[in-house]
Amino acid sequence: MSDFVGKDAIKFYRVSVSFGSYSAVEGVNLSVRAGEFVSLVGPTGCGKSTLLNVAAGLLPPSSGEVLLEGRPLKGLNPVAGYLFQQDAILPWKTALDNVALPLVFRGVGLREARERALAWLEKVGLGRFPRLFPHQLSGGMRKRVGLAQVLIADPHLLLMDEPFSALDVQTRQLMENELLRLWQEDRKTVLFVTHDLEEAIALADRVVVLSAGPRSRPIEDFPIPLPRPRDVAEIRLTPEFLRLHREIWELLRGEVIRAHAGA
Amino acid sequence: MQGLRLRLWQIGLLLGFLALWEWASRTGRIDPFFFTKPSDIAARVWRWFATGEVYPHLYVTSVEMLLAFFFGTLFGVLMGLWLALSPAVAVVLDPYVKAINAIPRVVLAPIFTLWFGLGILSKVALGVTLVFFVAFFNTYQGVKEVSPVVLANARLLGARQGHLLRHIYLPAAASWIFSSLRTSIGFAVIGAVVGEYLGSAAGLGYLIAQAEGVFDTTGVFAGMVVLMVFVLVLDALVGALERRLLAWRPRAEGGKV
Repeated sequence: MSDFVGKDAIKFYRVSVSFGSYSAVEGVNLSVRAGEFVSLVGPTGCGKSTLLNVAAGLLPPSSGEVLLEGRPLKGLNPVAGYLFQQDAILPWKTALDNVALPLVFRGVGLREARERALAWLEKVGLGRFPRLFPHQLSGGMRKRVGLAQVLIADPHLLLMDEPFSALDVQTRQLMENELLRLWQEDRKTVLFVTHDLEEAIALADRVVVLSAGPRSRPIEDFPIPLPRPRDVAEIRLTPEFLRLHREIWELLRGEVIRAHAGA
Repeated sequence: MQGLRLRLWQIGLLLGFLALWEWASRTGRIDPFFFTKPSDIAARVWRWFATGEVYPHLYVTSVEMLLAFFFGTLFGVLMGLWLALSPAVAVVLDPYVKAINAIPRVVLAPIFTLWFGLGILSKVALGVTLVFFVAFFNTYQGVKEVSPVVLANARLLGARQGHLLRHIYLPAAASWIFSSLRTSIGFAVIGAVVGEYLGSAAGLGYLIAQAEGVFDTTGVFAGMVVLMVFVLVLDALVGALERRLLAWRPRAEGGKV
């Protein structure tokens, strides 16, 4: 595990979370450096989302603490943006007004908020559909709106909980490339949760494998030294990718089997 | 066309029913004294409007029901928001809400007449007690059904309580509130008419009670027809408002009908 001092954007220190007598995660130590893209992988039910909720400040840990740039996190995480697995945009607002919302919350005037929101919609490739309501957009387009909504607030830390898992394979790869392109611009710290190992490797600087629940915790760290910029579809075919995939899957498979045996 | 044929069937059904009624009444198969006949009812309604004698009654009933509708909805929505957003208060008040809602509202009419007199106030009060609960339960339900993910997302994006209320809770409850509005109109009319029926000097309920008092079946039916048309018009107005304000909702019917 990386050094436990100073420059970590976020650090879990002996974090445990239990729901009643069920212990979801236990004794989690994990640091993410500023600007690092970290993927968390693990079998279903291993508490990946729980860790993200703790990082967002939505769920207080039962013990241990989360340090944000060295300071303990209390209440909601003010520098985090969270892209949820489910759609979290408002069905009664247009794409434009959804993206403008974080600015409105900050007291920016509606006209200026909409102007800036339109620029973001263009960035995610939806510049032609500002007036459509979410139900008129496809699943991939709704994800783009969600992404623009989170990014317009300019969070230091981006938390992503299997954001693309509901999309079809092609749309998903498009979105992954889109995400990498946007991330490349200002290199926010990213904590990306997924159960898809290929996605985890293709996107991240580092893949962290969690053990099967209950009492799950990170068991191994794999640096991903693949060159950037990457194309997620092409990089999957490189020998280096396949070697990393084999190596990590070796470990992950055991956890997946354990998870199924437990369930 | 699908739409045109549907309309023709609907109109045909109405005309067939009226014709059957008229025929049965004229040939003595049903007693015209108790069942009257559509032509008499139409003539009576026509006369009411031609001579203008129905307008003061229509006016009184309208005022009563609009006031009941407005205040009942207002209090219901406010109370619904309050209880939905303060679970502790909701838990404390829960048995009282249930208990009060369990009272058949009509039995309150005599009390309201004693408290507020024979004027419009007692009718408004009765209507409010009916409308309130519809608006209250729907608002409460609407707020409670806001997705926790949407809420968490908004809070992380920096929303404070006022923002949540304006951008999330109220719009989320709006479709519930609108469906309650359409039910509420019916209840507001019940409040007004039942109140008038039990003791008043004006209004459509009074008109019907007067007609009943002299065994004037035609008058009773004519009063019913005026009330029915009145409610249908209001319902259409609310429907139009709903379509404007809830334009974001996917059309469930998919363009048919």
